[in-house]
Amino acid sequence: MINLLLFPIIIPFFFAMVLLFFKEQVVVQRVVTLIGLALSLVASCWLVATVKVEGIQTVTLGSWPAPFGITMVSDMFSALLVTTTILLTFFIVVYSFKSIGVEREKFFYYPAILFMITGINGAFTTGDIFNMFVFFEVFLIASYLLIVLGGEKRQLRESIKYILVNVISSALFVIAVAYLYSVVGTLSMADIAMKIAEINQPGIISVIAILFLIVFGIKGAIFPLYFWLPGSYAAPPIPVLALFGALLTKVGVYAITRTYTLFFVHDIAFTHQFLLVLSLLTIVAGCIGALAYFDLKQIIIYNIIIAVGVILFGVAQMNTTGMEGAVYYLIHDMLIKAALFVLIGIIIYITGTSNLREMGGLIKTHASLGWFYLIAAFGLAGIPPLSGFLGKLLIIKGGFEADHTVGSIVILASSLIVLLSVIRIFIYAFWGEPTQPLPVTNKGTYRAMMMPAVALVVLTIAYGVGAEWLMPYMSDAANVLTDPSIYIDAVLKE
Amino acid sequence: MELVLSIIIGVLFTAAVYLILSRSLLKVILGTGLLSHGAHLLILTMGGLGGMAPPVLIDGVTDFADPLPQALILTAIVISFGVTAVMLVMAYRMYAVHKTDNMNELRGNDEHD
Repeated sequence: MINLLLFPIIIPFFFAMVLLFFKEQVVVQRVVTLIGLALSLVASCWLVATVKVEGIQTVTLGSWPAPFGITMVSDMFSALLVTTTILLTFFIVVYSFKSIGVEREKFFYYPAILFMITGINGAFTTGDIFNMFVFFEVFLIASYLLIVLGGEKRQLRESIKYILVNVISSALFVIAVAYLYSVVGTLSMADIAMKIAEINQPGIISVIAILFLIVFGIKGAIFPLYFWLPGSYAAPPIPVLALFGALLTKVGVYAITRTYTLFFVHDIAFTHQFLLVLSLLTIVAGCIGALAYFDLKQIIIYNIIIAVGVILFGVAQMNTTGMEGAVYYLIHDMLIKAALFVLIGIIIYITGTSNLREMGGLIKTHASLGWFYLIAAFGLAGIPPLSGFLGKLLIIKGGFEADHTVGSIVILASSLIVLLSVIRIFIYAFWGEPTQPLPVTNKGTYRAMMMPAVALVVLTIAYGVGAEWLMPYMSDAANVLTDPSIYIDAVLKE
Repeated sequence: MELVLSIIIGVLFTAAVYLILSRSLLKVILGTGLLSHGAHLLILTMGGLGGMAPPVLIDGVTDFADPLPQALILTAIVISFGVTAVMLVMAYRMYAVHKTDNMNELRGNDEHD
């Protein structure tokens, strides 16, 4: 099965195209979307098993020899990310059945999600830098539709800024690729890595490295470039917000990780120090935002920014421990952010507001929601048996191994602030007395919304408790990242 | 020749940045248009302006222009074309709903929507 690694990209794409023909039949849309995602999930799990047994999978489209055709490469890192993407999209789609509203479902909501998954999986899998740009555009254009779908006043206002920022960063991506092409004369990522090693990274390559950091930093919301994220992400409805928060910034993080472990590894003292400082500033900025707001959405949105900083701090260590931690934490963060957004979506549905000051006493009426939220909050902060612990432990251990003591302490301190910010939601929303009578809500809808939320929380618990079984996969992923020659040999072996 | 084009691209970028920082949304969109023109010209320039013949196989011609940047530009053009169309329609919708194209009046947060 040489084309196996293309299935997680092609299956959602095919199902999205089919769905375009059934615009009005909401039931068909739902069922077909779920079938498509289930099939992609099977394919991606199969892919992970194959990569585990046989090593990196590559296919060069059209059977051209490697640097001349477009190569798709699936190492353990990208295979795991693809699987996580499809898995949490499945649950968020189930969640949106009850929450997104039939009007939006009739206007290409599910095809847009599937096209976005196509783009994200493609960006995770591609081995060609320009092809990565194209896949970025595929999921960005789908995300433009998702963010504005519904056409509320606020959505229109915020999405025009979102599009503008992304158009500018896409233009910068094109410029960065043009510069890189003029220096190395190739677009295949493995070949670029080899050519840069041959010329031993002169100054111009370091400049291009920073340009790539700016491009992917805008997508991934790192410190001075995160300004667009809090406003834009608060505009769309909760399921879309959950998809964006769990997936979109992580593609930027993946792209930074890939380029900074494969291309720009010969002047670490400059490039990775830069990344390190920016990641710490990102954490500080995120912490300030997470404490500043009394709005459910904003608190979790700023927690996205903190997590981006933590992951990039792990990447900037460039040692195996830090890299394993970054991979483990990246997947943990995708799952836990999806779970948290879905949970606060339910809180907002029950109380009819996202303002913490206007709610209280929910534990008396919705006890299970409260306890699941508490587990997710502890998981996010990194309390030991849960999923956030091991990744952060490894990242901090990597930081100490690389003598970045101050940075590691900042990360430890940021965990406390993360815990404070999410526990504040618990205290305000679930403890105390209700400040006002709850609006009338449908019990059946509530149960249907709880189902995917519970599934996601259970998944994060399993991810934390089952760390011992998952660790070999994480090590495989980290090995490729710390030793780019494995990647290069796999692509250019002939 | 590359130097001349580099200067022209620099001017395009300058104009684009100036327009994007302006208040009117239409000027901002014009700015993104100029920005993508600059980026596309940059790919062409960075690929090198050598090569006499267009990249079409003809007997007896050996000195072709680099075909790869041209393919990249073609891809980038249609993508930016699609995105610009989306942006224009959204700017139109936004004007219809918010009754303004002044970016300064499009502020707001959760307290006052």
